[in-house]
Amino acid sequence: MGVSVLSVIYILSAITFILGLKLMSNPVTARKGNQLAGAGMFAAVIGTIFLFRDSNGELLRNHIWIFSGIAIGSIVGVLAAKKVKMTAMPEMVSLFNGLGGASASLIALIEFLHLKNSGFPADQSGPGILAIIFSGIILGNITFSGSVIAWGKLSGKVKDFIFKGQHIVNLILLAAGILLAALIISNVRSGTASVLFWLVFFISLLYGVLFVMPIGGADMPVVISLLNSLSGLSAATGGFLYNNKAVYTAGILVGAAGTILTVLMCKAMNRSLMNVLIGAFGGGGSQAGTKEQGTYKEISLNDAAVLLSYANKVMVVPGYGLAVAQAQHACHDLEKLLESKGVEVKYAIHPVAGRMPGHMNVLLAEADVSYDKLLEMEPANEEFPSTDVVLVLGANDVVNPAAKNDPSSPIYGMPILDVGAAKHCIVVKRSMKPGYAGIENDLFFQPKTSMLFGDAKKVLQELSNEIKNI
Amino acid sequence: MENFLQWISANEQLLYILVLVIFLGFVVISRVPTILHTPLMSHANAISGVVIIGAIIVMGRVEPDNYVALALGLLAVIAGTINVVGGFVVTDRMMEMFKKKK
Repeated sequence: MGVSVLSVIYILSAITFILGLKLMSNPVTARKGNQLAGAGMFAAVIGTIFLFRDSNGELLRNHIWIFSGIAIGSIVGVLAAKKVKMTAMPEMVSLFNGLGGASASLIALIEFLHLKNSGFPADQSGPGILAIIFSGIILGNITFSGSVIAWGKLSGKVKDFIFKGQHIVNLILLAAGILLAALIISNVRSGTASVLFWLVFFISLLYGVLFVMPIGGADMPVVISLLNSLSGLSAATGGFLYNNKAVYTAGILVGAAGTILTVLMCKAMNRSLMNVLIGAFGGGGSQAGTKEQGTYKEISLNDAAVLLSYANKVMVVPGYGLAVAQAQHACHDLEKLLESKGVEVKYAIHPVAGRMPGHMNVLLAEADVSYDKLLEMEPANEEFPSTDVVLVLGANDVVNPAAKNDPSSPIYGMPILDVGAAKHCIVVKRSMKPGYAGIENDLFFQPKTSMLFGDAKKVLQELSNEIKNI
Repeated sequence: MENFLQWISANEQLLYILVLVIFLGFVVISRVPTILHTPLMSHANAISGVVIIGAIIVMGRVEPDNYVALALGLLAVIAGTINVVGGFVVTDRMMEMFKKKK
């Protein structure tokens, strides 16, 4: 009876996961979708604890341990999720993601140790089971160490690290890990198997580190999405291990969804996934700042304020600088002020602006900017020619014309926001330093462009004050 | 080759589920607008925390005096729970901000 109830719970929770993802496709229903999937997850967890029976028909033990783990995890999870600043969201998601991978890897590890302690009984340690265990270890560890490095890079704690032939070393490591795993599976009872097992364990951790290390800032969104997809696959291995359909369908669902999201993002940058992974985009930085770029002109706050308040249409192009400066509220204030003067204000959002896909949307939503005002790249590009002033706030690579007209540029081919088509362009930036990807930007030296130096938040507040005085 | 074909027929049901779920994942995601990509990712991330069910099963089957396995299992449950709970809460926080404004 209990087991059939559990089956029903699992089926229902799988349905909530699918519906949840589907409801995420509209801002109006997304919150409900998330809560629905959360409820499904809760039911599946509680059902598993009290109703699950293993192959011998025994209920689960160690309830105290299980509940302590859940209690600790919930407290940490809620605190982290509630306290994180919206600007630090990419790091947080990356870290959560890594923990999912760690969990999958630990499960596989415990199962392997269990089999080892019982002398690898033939009926429980067939090649199928061992292959699942090793997939769990390899995928889980790559997800974990990769996500931790991604977290470190996004929060500025870890610098890009690259050496010559790194991607070849990476490929060799990955191949070695898989080959070793195959070797162990073919003869698991040999004395060296458990030593080799740890070798596979550490190789996959190392691979995760080396695989994320060289990837440049502009490509971080793609990597986070890829790691997300990997964590889905590693979760699926946990499902295969216990033939638990709720776990593996959910894992594969996330794996597939993450993969397609990764591909969509690569397409938005007009690059292949291979190119992102081995291209070490922006990591070298040697081509940056070598040639003389000509002169740029600065604009005073007062002039900028006049330009903005007498415009018909203003387009704001936010980038990572906006997030760093926590300027989203100041930006919304400026928008309201301009609108009260009859200026039409919209936002042009590049698909990879910020450090995570949709990063800018979340920030602006936090500041109460209506999502109707946020234009995606294509509609935005159609509107630039009729725009009077473009205000670039801490964005750089996504408005770099080199992507269109300089075949030698590392970002050549990436679709950009064509801000040059507007009548004026004001770039708010802290300094003339190149962006995260380390590429010079011709836009700053064009005659239509004026630079307004300073921290985005401070500049926006001062601009608002100036506009009020006009 | 023989083995491989045997394996396929033995796992026919599983393979059907896999193929269908992969397509489902593709279809469901393809229609999500860019503005929702961040919450979508953290939502999907929370779902991938479903691995916590595996962690609970592993934990519940460990011998009560096998402290190494209990400790590892505890870590697995904690990590999985942070992934699930943190993921859903953070997504909820984001979606709360996506209200339609006048």
